[in-house]
Formats: sequence, structure tokens, C-alpha cells
Amino acid sequence: MNATQEKLREEFDAYVAKDKKIEPKDWMPDGYRKTLIRQISQHAHSEVVGMLPEGNWITRAPSLQRKVILLAKVQDEAGHGLYLYSAAETLGVDRADLIDDLLSGKAKYSSIFNYPSLTWADMGAIGWLVDGSAIMNQVPLCRCSYGPYARAMTRVCREESFHQRQGYSIMMELMKGTKDQIDMAQDALNRWWWPSLMMFGPSDKNSTHSSQNMKWNIKRFSNDELRQRMVDMTVPQAELIGLKIPDPDLKWNEDTGHYDFGEIDWVEFNNVLSGNGPCNNERLEARNKAHDDGAWVREAALAYAEKKKTKE
Amino acid sequence: MSDKNKNWPLWEVFIRSRQGLGHKHVGSLHAADAEMAIGNARDVYTRRQEGVSIWVVPADKIIASAPEDSDALFDPANDKIYRHPTFYVLPDEVNHM
Ligand SMILES: [Fe+2]
Ligand SMILES: [Fe+2]
Repeated sequence: MNATQEKLREEFDAYVAKDKKIEPKDWMPDGYRKTLIRQISQHAHSEVVGMLPEGNWITRAPSLQRKVILLAKVQDEAGHGLYLYSAAETLGVDRADLIDDLLSGKAKYSSIFNYPSLTWADMGAIGWLVDGSAIMNQVPLCRCSYGPYARAMTRVCREESFHQRQGYSIMMELMKGTKDQIDMAQDALNRWWWPSLMMFGPSDKNSTHSSQNMKWNIKRFSNDELRQRMVDMTVPQAELIGLKIPDPDLKWNEDTGHYDFGEIDWVEFNNVLSGNGPCNNERLEARNKAHDDGAWVREAALAYAEKKKTKE
Repeated sequence: MSDKNKNWPLWEVFIRSRQGLGHKHVGSLHAADAEMAIGNARDVYTRRQEGVSIWVVPADKIIASAPEDSDALFDPANDKIYRHPTFYVLPDEVNHM
């Protein structure tokens, strides 16, 4: 780094420390740009891949109303992906390259979507817990130092609360049902509880990017802080409708005013992260197939647009 | 994989949220032509009645001021405080001005 670069960097850090916003054409350190491109594109990929476990149940929703609700939710997730690709592109990357990285398996997306959605109750558990954890992670990002990302997240968060509520309402309804329906809801919670807590990432002891991202106001709260909030918020919601959290170590702690909870299975966490989850291959195959099947549409639309242009 | 020449161009999207307000930038999207850009903007940015009118502009047609020029462009206004009403101290007896 030469002297001017160093000075710019110091000014940048001081400016961001005052909680001011950075816009696309402003000078920014390479590391800031790279971190944001990585984070925003991973986030976009997660929204897109996140449509798959739920898309799986659209045709089998138990009523027409549940079907239109799920359809609207999945459509929102597509929208979230698009807001985020749009924000990433303001940093000077090409959307097509980002998508190539997703399709080739080079880019990461949230591991949660590598778990299968086995029953209708999973639509409840996903909305309630997966969208719930996502909201917990995303609300602080509405104040992120990078303007386009913060604005995209504000849109996303505005839409997310419907997602969580529709999920919880599926669980509520099942818990009022037959023994089989109650068992189905409990089974879904059993399978999604731990993966949802893993969504906050590695524990603070092992988190690599955190401190720099905190300084740059990209991250506001640590992984463990947000995870604790999720547990504290969700346990009473489960109890209210008669669901049991699958954690024998879970208990209220008078002294801390928080729930104590068991250790996450970090072996499983790392396993899914490194590509060996139950659905990693299936998800990537589905994305690649959709992309390839749509190739002729993209080409035809462009050919049509060019033909129209030459006629003008 | 993707061939650069086959990618749809980028459009910036502006939405008027209701009559009486100006259009506001909301983000961007890719589309083969203007008509498709309007259709996609509707799907991406107005799923909950966020707008009553949409503008789409090819991203490469937008001319923007450069951040380096900010001082030259916007600083001169800083020392012209007499342009603001608070610059003028009036007697207490004067109301409604
Ligand atoms: Fe989302
Ligand atoms: Fe969502």
C-alpha cells in the first residue's frame, strides 16, 4: 500500500466508524469491496437456492389458500435474490459471473438449504425457524455501511415477517389437529431446530471474518449473540403451542436472563458446509437444470430485442 | 456457461410510489428490452402495491457526477448561509415571516 492509499484507507475507516454510508462510486478499500461482493452474492445465492425446499411442496399444499401463500412466499425469495444480485453488481461485478460461480459449486450459499423438506410440517418449521433466523441475521444489515446492501435488506426485511408468520401459523394449525398431525409438527421441529441455530455460523471463538466486519459496520452483532436471541425468542413460541424443543440441556437461567442451551454438533455443521449435506448435490443439479433449460428463452428474448431494434 | 454477449443488459428502475410523489430509484434488473424491463420491474419491485408508475433506464445511459468532484460541485453552497432564512435575525415583534 502506498502513502495515498494508506491515507484514503484511514479516512475511509474514520468515516465508516462515524456510522456514515458508502455509495457505489466512493473510494473503498479492496478488502471492503471483496468482503461485500462475497457476502452479498452468497446471500443472493441463498435466497435463490432457498426456493427449492419450499418449491417442492407448492403442488402438494393442503389447501388452495396454503398454496397461494406458499407461492407468494417463494416468489418473494426470488425477489430477494434479485435485489441482492442488483446490490452486488453496484460493486463492479457481473451478475452472470456470480451465477456461474453458484452453478459450478465455487460459491457458497446457506447450508440450511441442503436439508430435505420431507413433510408439509416442514413448510411450517422452515417459515417459523429458518426465516426466523434469517430475520434475526438480516435486521442489523439494514444499517450496514454499504448503501445499496442496506437498502436491499430493508426491502427484504419488510417482506420477511409475513414468511415467519405463515410458517408459525402452519405449526399452530397442525398442533390443533390429530395425533398424526401433532407428531408431524414435532418431527419437523426436531429436524429443523439445530440446523436453524447453525444458520448463525460458527461460534464466536472460531469466527474468522468477524472483527474487521464489525469495524466496517457490515456486521453489528456476533454470531453467538444473535443465536442466543433466536433461542430466547423461539422457546416461548414453541411452548405456547405445545411443541417441545429437542434439546435436553435447554433451561431458563435466572441469573443471565437467557436460556442455556446445548452444544451445536459442529461436526455436522462442517460436514454440510463442505458439501456433504443430505441435499448439496440435488440443489446444485436443480439450479443447473433450471439454468440450462432456460437458455433458449434468454437467447430468444435477446434475438427478438435485437430484431426489433434493427427495424426501428 | 454464460457467454457475455448473450447476457441481457442492465436497467435501473425508478418507481413512483403514489400520485403526487416523484419517481425514486429502487434498484436494477436485467432484461432483453424496455418492455421486458417494465414487466420484470413490476414483478421484482412492486409485488405489494409499492408503485403506480415505473421508469426503466438503460444503466449505461445514466450520467452521474463523480464523488471526486463533490467538493467543486457542492461545497460553494456552504459559505452562502445568507441563502437560508435563519441567517436573518428579526425583532421578536415580527411574526409570520
Ligand atoms: Fe428471503
Ligand atoms: Fe423468507
